[in-house]
Amino acid sequence: MTLLIDVGTVLRGTVCDLYSNLVTRPTGAAVRTAIERQVVEIGTPVVTTIDFSQVNLLDFSCADEIVAKLLLRYADADGPTGYVLFRGIHEEHLDPIETVLERHSLALVALHDGVAELYGVVTEDERLHWEAVRDFGPVYAVTVAEALNVELLVAEQHLDRLRQRRLLMRHLGGFAVPGSIPEVT
Amino acid sequence: MTIVISVPPSLDEQSFEHVIEQLAPVPLGEKILVDARHARWASPFGLTALLCVAQSREDRMTFAVPENPDTASYWSRSGFFRHAAELYEMHGTVPRQRDAHESEVLLEITPIVQTDDVHGVVGRIQQKAADILHGQLGLDTAITGAFGMTLSESCQNIVEHAGQGGWVAVQAYKYIKRLGRRVVVIAVCDAGVGFRASLESSPGHRMSDRWDDAMALEDAVLRAASRFRHGDAGRGQGLAGIRRFVGRWHGKLTVRSGTARIAITPEWDEDEALTRSLPFFPGTQMQVTIPERIGDPLPKARTGASTRPRERSL
Repeated sequence: MTLLIDVGTVLRGTVCDLYSNLVTRPTGAAVRTAIERQVVEIGTPVVTTIDFSQVNLLDFSCADEIVAKLLLRYADADGPTGYVLFRGIHEEHLDPIETVLERHSLALVALHDGVAELYGVVTEDERLHWEAVRDFGPVYAVTVAEALNVELLVAEQHLDRLRQRRLLMRHLGGFAVPGSIPEVT
Repeated sequence: MTIVISVPPSLDEQSFEHVIEQLAPVPLGEKILVDARHARWASPFGLTALLCVAQSREDRMTFAVPENPDTASYWSRSGFFRHAAELYEMHGTVPRQRDAHESEVLLEITPIVQTDDVHGVVGRIQQKAADILHGQLGLDTAITGAFGMTLSESCQNIVEHAGQGGWVAVQAYKYIKRLGRRVVVIAVCDAGVGFRASLESSPGHRMSDRWDDAMALEDAVLRAASRFRHGDAGRGQGLAGIRRFVGRWHGKLTVRSGTARIAITPEWDEDEALTRSLPFFPGTQMQVTIPERIGDPLPKARTGASTRPRERSL
């Protein structure tokens, strides 16, 4: 089950129907709370896609309240069980988002023109493994190990760490980028 | 007896120190006249800071309006007198308030008290900011969003830390003496508690022997400290973001709070990085200056040159 949440609609429905800018910390907190409520109401979907395309301006406070705190909630042991995916992130949103990801040592998956991209704090090896899953996936660990010419155990460790960080999901014994076609090759 | 505080003919972030130097030693309860009769020009910082002067004491001060009709008219169009009339006892001829139609006024003086005010100013300036920053100052279109972010985070500092309302104004003008090119300036001023008291209110704050306004400014501006940081690692990113913004666009950031002032200076300026032991003025006064981008490289700061005078054409 997937859920698409348009942040612009949430902003106007939650805070003020005249706003198109995600600025100020109370606004960000109100929007995040509304998003979390939707996720709970629908019964924790497997993948929740947060769409920023209707958001004009995003400041650091809102990026922290919405993006960082939402990811931190998903990283909690008692947090939601699914995966969160972002889309509609403009060039101008990137600076505040990357700043808060760095501050909290977080990473996220965002769709750009239908292609998944990884943002935030990951090691170079983790990025290579994640990109291999994106480019060839859904895939088994052995396929990634062969593609990157690394030991299977090493590939499994990297992939499992990415799964724990909700940057990859398990699918039929293999790995897939959240939101990608759920078929294992 | 009434103590007269003279407003310099050209009032900006640097010359405002002369106002504070005169004001600081005046005992509480004294009658004060803020005399702007001979003022000819004021930056957005100067005008917003003058409103903070009135808020810095409980006793209502008197304000003598600039005698030059062009100056008074400009101050009126920037929204100064509308707010000053609520804070000062006004003396002199106050021109009738008209809307600011000049293209260089991005945002007339606006009070910031609550979160909605921040939404208001950010929403109001967006199109005009794009026109001026990209169209007139030749800056890349990418600056527009970052400029809005900077404005938002600066104003939020008032809502979250000042303990009382403050003021914001945004204007473009020609910065002749230092740069010889146009700049856009954000001024955000309040007469609230200031950085030192704000950080002291944090449960995790540890007082040291060296703790003073200067150290509080360094913590907030350079080390992203925040009174909310205790228990919320995401706090304190606003000023860090503003610092990155001015760095990217060869701009300048100055923040004055209490008895100290910090400056993040670009290659074209030579301001003191940190100034201590200034005369006390309550609250926080911040200025962001972004210069026009043209083909020529920005001029280097000249050794020995004054950082003070700047002009604009009325």
